[in-house]
Parts: sequence; structure tokens; C-alpha cells
Amino acid sequence: MALESKFSEVAENEFYSSAYHKFLREKKLVGSKCKKCGHIFVPPKPICSKCQGSEMELVNMKGKGKLAAYTVVAVGAPLMVEEGFDREHHYCSGVVELEEGARVAARILGMDVTKPEQIKIGTPVAVDYVEAEHGGEKETFLAFKASS
Amino acid sequence: MQKQRKLGRGVAVVGAGISKFGVYPKGVRAQDLFVEAYNELKSSVDKGFDPKDIDALYLGNGSSDVMEHQLHTAPSIGNRIGLIHKPTLKIEDACAASGVAFREGIIAIASGIYDIVLAGGIEKMTNLDTAHVTDALAMALDPDTEFVAGETFPGIYATIATAHMAKYGTTVEDFMRLGIKNHYNGSLNPKAHFDVSITDFMKRRIASAVKKGLPEPHWADELEFLHDPAQNPVIAWPMRLFDCSTICDGASAVLLVAEDIARDFTDKPIYVIGTGQASDYPLAQREDMTSIMGAKLATKEAYEMANVGPKDIKLAEVHDCFTIAEILAMEDLGFYKAGEAVKAIREGENRLDGKLPINMDGGLKAKGHPIGASGTGMVVEIFKQMREECGPRQVKKKDVDLGLMHNVGAHGATVVVNIFERR
Repeated sequence: MALESKFSEVAENEFYSSAYHKFLREKKLVGSKCKKCGHIFVPPKPICSKCQGSEMELVNMKGKGKLAAYTVVAVGAPLMVEEGFDREHHYCSGVVELEEGARVAARILGMDVTKPEQIKIGTPVAVDYVEAEHGGEKETFLAFKASS
Repeated sequence: MQKQRKLGRGVAVVGAGISKFGVYPKGVRAQDLFVEAYNELKSSVDKGFDPKDIDALYLGNGSSDVMEHQLHTAPSIGNRIGLIHKPTLKIEDACAASGVAFREGIIAIASGIYDIVLAGGIEKMTNLDTAHVTDALAMALDPDTEFVAGETFPGIYATIATAHMAKYGTTVEDFMRLGIKNHYNGSLNPKAHFDVSITDFMKRRIASAVKKGLPEPHWADELEFLHDPAQNPVIAWPMRLFDCSTICDGASAVLLVAEDIARDFTDKPIYVIGTGQASDYPLAQREDMTSIMGAKLATKEAYEMANVGPKDIKLAEVHDCFTIAEILAMEDLGFYKAGEAVKAIREGENRLDGKLPINMDGGLKAKGHPIGASGTGMVVEIFKQMREECGPRQVKKKDVDLGLMHNVGAHGATVVVNIFERR
């Protein structure tokens, strides 16, 4: 009986996956900062991969960064096909390096996907969020948009 | 500080077999493709063996659950080949599944617990359409970041490719040259899914146009053909169709034995002298996105165990799930400095007649990539090449006494490397 509080405790633990997605639904991008070595991970981690430290601090990311790597996908994952992308309508996905130093994979908006070779690594981007319904449930996905 | 590891006792490969890779009709089950591979393995053991002596089966498989609606696959495969009541184990490490299964078989023999191990892999991918295979493979990416970002398997390697291009000036033509090489090798491998060169593809397209009464298409050479978006569409920029390994079905199997009994099976055993494995972060969290640290660490472990270095390796089978992946492998394995693999590619150094042949069997690009079967599939080729049994695709050089295989799971989250010696 006493352990029943564990269910909500785990669901709400700020350093676990479920809370990360809850923050995204609130349009907040968060990371964890290891109190021992200072390394920041986005999404948050309960245990630091750099030093195994388990004392973590939740940090709000400013949401500004630059494009570090990208692709423009023509043959999309079913997740994206459900959102209307297909072999005629491509989307950009990539990795963003945040001002705080952490990198994260995300959807990339505001690029000309018809000219993928002209997308520039280093393009400044700012956080954005994509809301889409999948299987009857509204979900929020991390995205970044070209900010220049 | 990681200590230097060594095998408790020596291990050798004494038999190897592989099914034809390709698209089998629905209803064909992976377990029967494994029978095909196993039958070839049996006939490859020069002095024969009694299957009853096999101590255990280590099976690599990516996703028989999604692809074939089957779980608990290892005992079922064991049963299929008469290995009833023997311990069996399925290993799922995405596309590195059977590379890891092979390594676990080595570890089991080296530990002394087993003397004879069957290691292999299976995948029946083509029951699903491309969209669902794409989805199944993308499950091997990080679910909280990569999958939800719309990343696909080609997409994540394409992402690595843009970072490599930006840092080192690698070009789409470098990727295309790898496809040309691997398809040429594949054209000499009857077991390959696409046993056709790019030139063969061009001839086919011309013949088909003529047959339909359409104007005869013309391309100056293979590169021009690969630049033609109608022939080579983008899958995930900059990876085009001919940069991607193929979705197909297949199985492979190898017989591993303790070194001290190897010559009871054959006069030409191929010894495993080094093995290494490592894992890595999701792509975004890596310090350098143009290299796979897990590959470098697995390689270092294997080289140190074998007491050899990259310059000693005479031929290699590397994980080219996408053409960029072959470039990463060439650099991570230490064959070339970071950013310099393209020079070797442009000079043709890795062809069958080159200084360092790579992916002699056509690689995952042309031979095909039934993911669970790919790792031991590479071992099959290394075994046959080092025994000089490859016929028209046998490498030209004669001193093939040291070989290496490199098998990657997903985008490098798992990497396994094994080094082989002919004595």
C-alpha cells in the first residue's frame, strides 16, 4: 500500500521521460545539469552519462541555438506520413546545438525543403513546438525554427 | 582505465553458410532461410561434423516480433535444424544483432563452457511494406528525441552525412562512388540481393525504355546515372536510393569451435584473434557527430587483443547500411585519417584489386541488409575470402592473412568488431 505513491512519483519525476514530454506540452524545453560535473543533457537524465553523478538540477533551456546537422526526408516515418508528409512533401529533421552547449535532435522548421543542399549548418534557430494528433491523442513535438 | 582484455582460449571459424538474400514471397519464414544457410554451412565443413555436438545456438535477429509476429525465435530455429534441447539465445542489438551473437559465441567458447557453437542471424523484412519497415527500424532510434523528430534510419545517417560534408568537404559523388564499387562487387556475388552493377542497371533501364517505345535514355557514365533524380531519387537528403542498403530477407550462419579442436573440422580454420564491442549515445549527444566513438572503442579493444593495428588488416567487411556509414567505418577503424577516406574512394583503393579491399560481397548496399543476418553474413564472406574460395570476386592479393568485420547497430549505439587470422 505504502508504495502506491510511487506510481505518481515516477510519472512526475522531472528527470524521467514522461515529465520531459509533459514539459513539452507546456511548451517548456528542459534539461538536466549534473551537480557533480556540470554537464547538461537535453532531455534530462536521472544519472549523468559523463560521471555517473545522480544529483541533478532541472534547468530551463533558453531555446536558442544553431543547426548542427540535418536531413530532408522524402520517405518519411509513418508518424510523419500521418501528419501529411509524403514523397512530394518533404520535411527537415536535424540536430540543434543549444546556447547552453547541449545538443538535441528535433524537427526543423522554416527551411526551404525543396533545396536541401542550400540549408546551412550553423543557421541560428529558436525553439518552437509542433502539435499533432496521433491515435486520437494530442501530442507536442520539439521543433526549432530558423530565426534569422 | 579499461584493462586490456584477452580470450580465455582460442576460437576458430570452421564453417560458414548464407542464404540467397532478396525478396522471398510472403509465407516464406525466416526459419527456413536459416535452414538454407545452415545447409551451406554443413557442406563447408571440410571434414564434416556431427550436429549433435553443437553445444549452443546464438541467434541474431532484429525484429521477428514486428516483421513476422513471432517471439522466442531462437528455440524455434534450433528445433528447425534438429538442435532440439540445446541452449539457444536470441540477441537483439538492431542491425548488429548477429555480430553480437557471433561475439557472444566467441566469449562462450573462450570461457571454456562450450566447445562448439553455432552463431547466425535471420530477418524476414519484406512481409511489411516499406513504410512499416521504416517504422520498425526507426524504433531502434532514441524514442524521446530522434523518433519523434521524424528521423528514419536513412534520415539519421543522412544527418551524419551533412555534418561530415560540412566538416570535411565530403561530396555526394563520394557517396555515389561507394555505391558503384559495392554494386560491382555485388554483381559477382550470386547470393546478393542485387547481383547487378550500376552499369547493368543502366542497360536494364535502356532496354526497358526501348521495349516501351520510349526515347532511349542516355547517361555518360555511372555517376551521371546516379545524379539522375528519376533513376536515383532522394530518400533522405543527401542519401539517395543507391546510397541505401536494401530491405530484404536472408539468413547466415557460422560454426565456431575451440582452437584446440579446430583441425578436427578443417585444415583451413580461420582464427578469431580479437573481438571488441562498445555502445554510444544518441547522435545529438556525441561530442563529434562525424565519427562513431563506439566504433573507435570496439576497434581499439579488438586491435589490442589481436596485437595488430589498422595497417596490418588485408581486407574488411564493414557496415555500409548507407554509403556514409562505409566512410565512417573506414575512418573509425583507423584505415584512414578522419576526413581522408574519400581520397582512397576516389583512387579506387578499396576495390577487389585494390590495396585494401572493402565489402567484397557487395556490402549491405548490394548484397542486402536483412538486419539480423548481416553481422554473421560479413563473417561468412571473410571466411570464404581468407580461404580463397570466392571465385570471380576473390580479392586479387594473395596475402589475405588478416581480416576484419565491423557491424553497427542503429546509428552506432552498438558496434562490434572482430579480427580474423589465417595461419
